[in-house]
Amino acid sequence: MAIPHVLAHEHKDNVAVVVVEGVTKGMKLLGVVTADDSTFEVEAKSDVPIGHKVALKNLKKDDTAIKYGEDIGRFVADVEKGGHVHVHNLKTKRW
Amino acid sequence: MASKYSNLTFKGYRRDNGRVGVRNHVVILPVDDISNAACEAVANNIKGTLALPHSYGRLQFGADLDLHFRTMIGTGANPNVAAAIVIGIEPGWTKKIVDGIAETGKPVTGFSIEKNGDLKTIMDASRKAQEYVQYASELQREECPISDIWVSTKCGESDTTTGLGSCPTVGNMYDKLLPEGIYGVFGETSEITGGEHIAKARAINPEVGERWYRMWKAYQDDVIEANKVDDLSESQPTKGNIEGGLTTIEEKALGNLEKIGRTSKYIDILEPAEQPKSGKGLYFMDSSSAAAECVTLMAAGGYVVHTFPTGQGNIVGNPIVPVIKITANPRTLRTMSEHIDVDVTGILRRDMTIDQAGDALIEMIVRTANGRFTAAESLGHREFVMTKLYRSA
Repeated sequence: MAIPHVLAHEHKDNVAVVVVEGVTKGMKLLGVVTADDSTFEVEAKSDVPIGHKVALKNLKKDDTAIKYGEDIGRFVADVEKGGHVHVHNLKTKRW
Repeated sequence: MASKYSNLTFKGYRRDNGRVGVRNHVVILPVDDISNAACEAVANNIKGTLALPHSYGRLQFGADLDLHFRTMIGTGANPNVAAAIVIGIEPGWTKKIVDGIAETGKPVTGFSIEKNGDLKTIMDASRKAQEYVQYASELQREECPISDIWVSTKCGESDTTTGLGSCPTVGNMYDKLLPEGIYGVFGETSEITGGEHIAKARAINPEVGERWYRMWKAYQDDVIEANKVDDLSESQPTKGNIEGGLTTIEEKALGNLEKIGRTSKYIDILEPAEQPKSGKGLYFMDSSSAAAECVTLMAAGGYVVHTFPTGQGNIVGNPIVPVIKITANPRTLRTMSEHIDVDVTGILRRDMTIDQAGDALIEMIVRTANGRFTAAESLGHREFVMTKLYRSA
């Protein structure tokens, strides 16, 4: 298998993690779902550092972010597929 | 049923109480902050001893004082310690710690400074420390079954790669070694927030799960809700976590919980620094998520090897317990390789399976138990940090 650029944990996940350095805007990213090693593609809409997340679909403010197949927080801004997901558009539902 | 892990052995120091250590320290333990100087002087006089200075031990009371004694006694009682010198300002609390450590059967002597002064105390304690270090240096390692090892875990400077790679590596190790009869422990109470439904369900039975939930909820209500000024952004998750791509506590919690694998269940809940009493298996220790505090508490609980997944590169060590660092983050491996013991970056490239990573960690646990210095040991990381529950009187 070619080395993936992004990994998602589960098919339900709507975000995936960049696992290589040097992802830049416009790059076609090879993705793998680790649950079953199935592959997908997503285009990066901005430069994204290693470890940070990209959206796997168009997401709206107040949508729930899903990772590990679980709720990891609430979007506080819209984000398009391939867009950078982090503290500027995703917040905890706790505390 | 015998597995390929059943015949694993390591060479350790079997102590009088039957426990097995993987290190052979002679520690000089201060009862209180003002006895640090004498302990450090003794350790300077007698080579091969190790002073464990800390910041507390005066005017504590109630549960906070109990925790202080439990941490001190547990540290001296840890099987990685061959013998202990205890020095305090006065004889009463000094004796309490000496008596607690003596229950293990190992050599331990206390000294108190009032009516003696630092200089006489240092001279008397140094003579005893010399005797102990010569005793310890003649102890021999013997072959022990893997079931004699107690392995703790706590992750640090986590990022999204820890949940994908290094935490599942620890979980795979536990899924393989707990059935062989080892003791395990995980903790980090606040850091389960967002995954508490999963953690509760991983108890051996609903009664233990309910007790776990009440403990978790008590920290939420009594500490976080009572003291928070915001949503704990930059504290939990930390600035380092956020730099590494973790966004919310829920995301961090789910990655954290990968450390207990797929099949392992915890059998009981431990107070901070409490030693397990329910037999072999996995425990949860009510503990801070701060690395040095948590590892210190688990060491006081009697664990002899610590497995530490890191993403962004937490560099913590412990004076008496070897801390094995595991990373899946290729940038951390490239920029901080001197801190890493087990490289599982292949998981992210999909050229290493979690099963292979777990085997690599088990191999490193055995090599470390046999005497290999961890990265943290070779770099002199000896963070010994007491957990304080509230202000002293």
